Amino acid sequence: MNSRTTMEHDSLDAIILNGLTKKFRDLTAVDKVTLSVKSGELFGLLGPNGAGKTTIINMLTTLMIPTSGSATITGHDIEKDPEGVRRSIGIIFQDPSLDIGLTGRENLDFHAMMYGIDAAERKKRIGEVLAVVGLTEKADVLVENYSGGMKRRLEIARGLIHHPQVLFLDEPTLGLDAQTRRKIWDHIRDLNKKYAMTIILTTHYMEEADYLCHRIAIIDHGRIIALDTPDGLKKLLQGDVVTLGVNGEAASLVPVLQEKPWIREVNLHNSNLTITVTDGEKRVPELFALAQLSGTGITSVSLRKPSLEDVFIHLTGSSIREQEGTLHSHVHAGMRRRMMR
Amino acid sequence: MIQPAAIYVLWLREMLKFVRAKSRMIGAIAMPVFMLVFLGLGFRRVEFPGLPPEIGYLQYLVPGIVGMTLLFTGAFTGMSVLMDRQFGFLKEVMVTPVSRVSIVLGRIAGGASTSIIQALMMLFLSVFLGFALPSLPMIAASAVIMLLISVIFICIGLILSSFMKDIHGFNTITNFIIFPIFLLSGALFPVQNLPVAIQVFAYLDPLTYGVDALRGVLIGYAAFNIWLDLAVLLLTSAALVFASGYCFRKGEVL
Repeated sequence: MNSRTTMEHDSLDAIILNGLTKKFRDLTAVDKVTLSVKSGELFGLLGPNGAGKTTIINMLTTLMIPTSGSATITGHDIEKDPEGVRRSIGIIFQDPSLDIGLTGRENLDFHAMMYGIDAAERKKRIGEVLAVVGLTEKADVLVENYSGGMKRRLEIARGLIHHPQVLFLDEPTLGLDAQTRRKIWDHIRDLNKKYAMTIILTTHYMEEADYLCHRIAIIDHGRIIALDTPDGLKKLLQGDVVTLGVNGEAASLVPVLQEKPWIREVNLHNSNLTITVTDGEKRVPELFALAQLSGTGITSVSLRKPSLEDVFIHLTGSSIREQEGTLHSHVHAGMRRRMMR
Repeated sequence: MIQPAAIYVLWLREMLKFVRAKSRMIGAIAMPVFMLVFLGLGFRRVEFPGLPPEIGYLQYLVPGIVGMTLLFTGAFTGMSVLMDRQFGFLKEVMVTPVSRVSIVLGRIAGGASTSIIQALMMLFLSVFLGFALPSLPMIAASAVIMLLISVIFICIGLILSSFMKDIHGFNTITNFIIFPIFLLSGALFPVQNLPVAIQVFAYLDPLTYGVDALRGVLIGYAAFNIWLDLAVLLLTSAALVFASGYCFRKGEVL
């Protein structure tokens, strides 16, 4: 595990996880996760579906009881003082959790009432959050008549109305169009800056984690496999990424490349050869020469700085989308879903 | 521990949804109405041994059907927690700082209100079939008994739903728990006419005392002492409120 994950916990830490573990019968969904999130930090949990992100969130928001390990939120222990935890957090769930038989405004009002906010203040805040998510005009329509994006925005409004110290966002932009997603990203950034709100978000979108998060923990099969800033994670690759579109016998090129000391990593996906090299600009001509020698045709070439996606492939050996696509992970995720109900 | 504001919110939510869902209301009282109409008219001339001759079967049946309405609406409201779990709303309530006890009490308050409204509607509908309504104070007294009955069955619904993870067990519960409670309660015929072996179960059924108490105030005839009925109802409902609070606090939500 990264040395940053075991740094000493000081009073500035809003969230501290210590060996947090959750087992469902013989499946370990979350496996001894230890990390801390600083106050005011925008922290990301990145991983494929079924990696254990939501289970971590469920434990931190007191909806599930950990099998072992512990965690505190703003100093409140999740098992010993769940009501203290609940008072300091807000959460926007991955699955819808609105009452569709009520209007948008009633959903917000009832939520605020449960936090003991008085009538005048409720009215003011409801007006504010509705404007933020652009639902002012639809506030008095029953939620069952809302579109998916509107429901999502209403949930976000509801998560904010009681001004939580720590906000959990579980896949906040899942299933939203690009425009709404960008708006919500900007809003999340705003909240973090304006109110110094600690935000922990889960996502399986690389761009989202990269764009928003100060630090990211990459999670796979319930374990943290890396934890750093987005830039720090990208530095793990120590080089640039060259992607070659190849045809013909690419397989014979791979061993040739692997011998070269300046090539750090070679991955062949279908007809795409992803090569991590130092000094990418200077090495491209050399790559062409090597390909010609081994009789491999090159159909395209691109050179770029590493992305989080590359880091993920580097760490897990497969891309996040491939992981989701395999039958195994589907069965796995399905199993998890069933057990978590 | 008990937060009146939170209880009020949950009650208000239940009432709003009740007023809006007219079809739900009609659906909920359709069955008791059919029972009342067909049994009441079909068995009109039947004379049960052990009943005073001046009480016709319809008079006898109406409090039973009111009890049945309370049983079904109460148990289903209790189990509607499962629907909230399905639609995610339960999670939303459970992450707020509202105490578990208040959540349970809010649900009981909302469920009891809607159940009593439906039971009173049944009572007034039965007038059209020829039911003789008692005096207003007696109707008020019956509302208190209705409250106790509905609290008992809402709690039973809540407790059952804390053991079930989804709505698949719903029919099983209805067939093996709710119907026997109804049939054993003496809502349709005097419990004393059952074989002794079965009578034992009837005496364990809280609805038996509920229906008897309702008869006591609505038609002036009760098989047991009405104070005994009330004592049983009070004790059972108090115990079940505590039990459902406990079940709700202990369990995980997901």
